[in-house]
Amino acid sequence: MTETLEAGTVIVGAGPAGIAAACGLGEAGEDVLIVDEGPRSGGQIWRHRPGSGPPKAAQAWLARLSATQVRVRHNLTVVDARPDGTLLGESEAGPVEIRGSRVILATGARELFLPFPGWTLPGVIGVGAAQALVKSGAELRNLEVVLAGSGPLLLPVASLLASQGARVGLIGEQAPLGEVLGFGAGLWRAPGKILEAMRYRSRSLGARYQTGVWAVAAHGDDRVREVVLTDGRRTWTRRCDLLCCSYGLVPNVELARWLGCEIDNGRVVTDEVQQTNQAGFFCVGETTGIGGAELSLVEGEIAAAHISGLAEALPPLEKRRALWRRFSKSLEKAFRPRRELAERVQPETTICRCEDVTCENLDPEWCIRQAKLYTRLGMGPCQGRVCGPAVHYLYGWASDSVRPPLKPCRLATLSER
Amino acid sequence: MPVVTICINGTDREVEEGISVAAALVNADVWQFRTAVGGEPRAPICAMGICFECRVTIDGRPHRRSCMESCRQGMEVVTGD
Repeated sequence: MTETLEAGTVIVGAGPAGIAAACGLGEAGEDVLIVDEGPRSGGQIWRHRPGSGPPKAAQAWLARLSATQVRVRHNLTVVDARPDGTLLGESEAGPVEIRGSRVILATGARELFLPFPGWTLPGVIGVGAAQALVKSGAELRNLEVVLAGSGPLLLPVASLLASQGARVGLIGEQAPLGEVLGFGAGLWRAPGKILEAMRYRSRSLGARYQTGVWAVAAHGDDRVREVVLTDGRRTWTRRCDLLCCSYGLVPNVELARWLGCEIDNGRVVTDEVQQTNQAGFFCVGETTGIGGAELSLVEGEIAAAHISGLAEALPPLEKRRALWRRFSKSLEKAFRPRRELAERVQPETTICRCEDVTCENLDPEWCIRQAKLYTRLGMGPCQGRVCGPAVHYLYGWASDSVRPPLKPCRLATLSER
Repeated sequence: MPVVTICINGTDREVEEGISVAAALVNADVWQFRTAVGGEPRAPICAMGICFECRVTIDGRPHRRSCMESCRQGMEVVTGD
């Protein structure tokens, strides 16, 4: 039996952007339904351990949300959409049809992973992934941890892991010192951020924070045991049980793409009020470009204010959005993955983890379609979510198509229509 | 937090209710979640539902993402497939 859900506005994603949009709409008395793939509201950034409260920044928003009539449906994955805009999802119980007069996409982002020898070893994980794992209940006590990635997430994650009893040996930032300092200076334009960074920095004392350092290889047996690091001149080895290696975030644009929304440079294009080129389809948060929770929140607020007809609320929100978009630009510039990260790949290095396609199986002269046809790259369960951005970085292959099911699902979900 | 019993590869373990299955596996020191096409052991790299490296069999259903499922009393988890 197919379950049917209907609402005036359907929001896909219960992270900061989706929650902010839902709060605005709910408080204006609109009929709103949020669907989310995870078991709890908050998305990635506001994820919290079961039994412990959400982070402070999230509490006010979650309280606002629960004071509205907004319905939230968890553990529901959107896997397809009909031409009329009806979304098709899968819950534990079976297929679900989701209809809304309008849809707000707040599907967030994932981490950027770049292949290097040994990156498939158990224990090599994303920086945000380590955070997510801990906040889902993992205990990493006494593990030796090396973080060798990029971006402002490194410090808070190092701090979280240290507070859980992990021994954080090194925090390696691949971006050069000059870029990181330039980014720090730019933070004065975004009040609060610099303090946040300093606080995290001091709490994670005991670990060294080094810029211009990256991992070139991981070694181990049934899991990672050591990492080879470099600063471009010197190379050294460090023991570790957990190696956090990711290089910022990539917008999750698959659903937007399938709905026909315009995508530019890997992000969904929106107008002043966050509407996509498809009338009635809005997009807010990281899916429109990586900028952090504050930008996500204000984009959600803007979409809600527009939909509820509160035009007078828009100018101050747009001003705030402009501020955080500047922050977003400096973030992108400062932590852009250096080219040396591509030079780590060896002939036998796995590029597509689902189908075990190695570098030597691929010809840089191909396009992504040829790679798919000849090697099955990007055609496994993750559907290119991991290797797609990697081959874009390595070979310039752009993913320009998507097809349902957007995530693997049961056959019954597709057949019971 | 209330504690529930789940079975990991034939061994019962007490875990906090509501933690993810992936977290429970890491806490049980299980690091081979699945076996790759080429035979290598694999474990999650994303922990947020996109990489599919954390697939395990839960209550007889294969290919479940362990990072997206919460531990419930009596759950049976088999890894390594």
